[in-house]
Amino acid sequence: MGYLSVVVLLPLAALIWSSRADGLDSFWHQATRPEALSALKLTLGVAAVCALVNAVAGTAIAWVLVRDRFPGKSTVDAVIDLPFALPTIVAGLTLLALYGPGGPFGVDVAFTRLGLLVALLFVTLPFVVRAVQPVLLELDTEMEEAAASLGAGPIAVFRRIVFPNLLPAILSGVALAFARAVGEFGAVVLISGNIPFKTEVSSVYIFGQLQSGNGTGAAAVSVVLLAISLGVLLLIGAFRRWRTRHDGV
Amino acid sequence: MSRYVLRFGALGYLALLLLVPVGFVFYRAFEHGVGPAWDAVTSHQAMHALELTLLMAAIAVPANTIFGVVLALALVRTRFPGRGLVNAIVDLPLALSPVVVGLALFLLYGKGGWLGGLADHGIKILFAVPGMVLATMFVSLPFVVREVVPVLREIGTEQEQAAETLGASPFQTFWKITLPAIRWAVAYGVVLTTARAIGEFGAVSVVSGRIEGRTETLPLYVQAQFEQFNVQGAYAASVVLALIAVATVVGLRLVHPREEA
Repeated sequence: MGYLSVVVLLPLAALIWSSRADGLDSFWHQATRPEALSALKLTLGVAAVCALVNAVAGTAIAWVLVRDRFPGKSTVDAVIDLPFALPTIVAGLTLLALYGPGGPFGVDVAFTRLGLLVALLFVTLPFVVRAVQPVLLELDTEMEEAAASLGAGPIAVFRRIVFPNLLPAILSGVALAFARAVGEFGAVVLISGNIPFKTEVSSVYIFGQLQSGNGTGAAAVSVVLLAISLGVLLLIGAFRRWRTRHDGV
Repeated sequence: MSRYVLRFGALGYLALLLLVPVGFVFYRAFEHGVGPAWDAVTSHQAMHALELTLLMAAIAVPANTIFGVVLALALVRTRFPGRGLVNAIVDLPLALSPVVVGLALFLLYGKGGWLGGLADHGIKILFAVPGMVLATMFVSLPFVVREVVPVLREIGTEQEQAAETLGASPFQTFWKITLPAIRWAVAYGVVLTTARAIGEFGAVSVVSGRIEGRTETLPLYVQAQFEQFNVQGAYAASVVLALIAVATVVGLRLVHPREEA
């Protein structure tokens, strides 16, 4: 418990304390500066798009990994964990090398919001896949077969049988991906170019404010991000309880 | 038909997002042969960064492993008020931006911070190794706990109780019954913790001050080289980190026998 307090709680308490050291007015002023607000809006927007893409792509990948059979499947399965293992700065550099200026495909998304999205998709890829995969593995195919034998098409089977069973898992994966996307720094710092009002996200904004000596401003935006993280965690806890109730355990 | 669309759609997405970019960095690093890449990796600054990175991991991983097992035992085997809160706090590093973590440490140990006075007594935490270790410990905290908790829940307490009735001390029970049962979960958590500790960028970037040759870890070195237009050096160091990542992924497979579909 002491360890937890020293490593996690004490710094966070200091953060909250500093953010309002000059009073609540100053906190509000710092948190709602145009540049800070624009960064926060961009962060939430890109993270939301990233979460949506992950919901679809992650579920599709999990499906292919569980229900499909093809040579090299176990390798593909292992590769999913790569974004967890790869340092984020390396992820940013790799994407910049390939999809940046002078890349082999002639695609240049560097310093654009699309580039930002690609970087976030890279680092958040495993969340939905890894959340959905075990549920899909345990899901009995009997219900699906029954539905199919009663004349339901594949889309109807997915929509009415598979999807409702997967939904809690998809949602908790999406929530984790969203939280990660909101806070990501290493992967976006190179590819976004950090142009204020255009590609500057909150984590980069915080870093910039700290570098230019505005600790209070950095702390104010940090507290907003901290609140978002806590909110997402509470949401995930709710999804988890929903899932266990679903299983009737 | 639709199965093939799905299969190639999913694999194509993975290829474009993951494999091609990572493969391309290997290509760029060795574009001019192995020699320049080797020179870049073995330069004095790069070697120092690598040593520092390994030192971070060597301190943070054992600390978080011991803490992780103890906390997992406390969360599963005992009831105490505020258990739900502790659970949420343990997950927090997963959801919190590393820059925020770094800033929190910066404000705590910096000038005017609650523990800023330590610096006056010669205990340097910011812009030095202790601060970087604290940042690394923070961000890699949840992994062992998260892996061990479900396993502890599943194995139940029957065997432990049996050992106790046969006269085993709590220590013996833990060593002979509990630890062997959770060892794969611990190993899995350790691999994840190590990967995170080695690759951490945002939090360490804030508290280290990025002093070249002193507080520069390998991920920080990659960024610094890239910004100084030594792209070759950045790619070469990236390859080292990517190899560690690949080793991690292989390690995860060895520890966690994959579920058969």
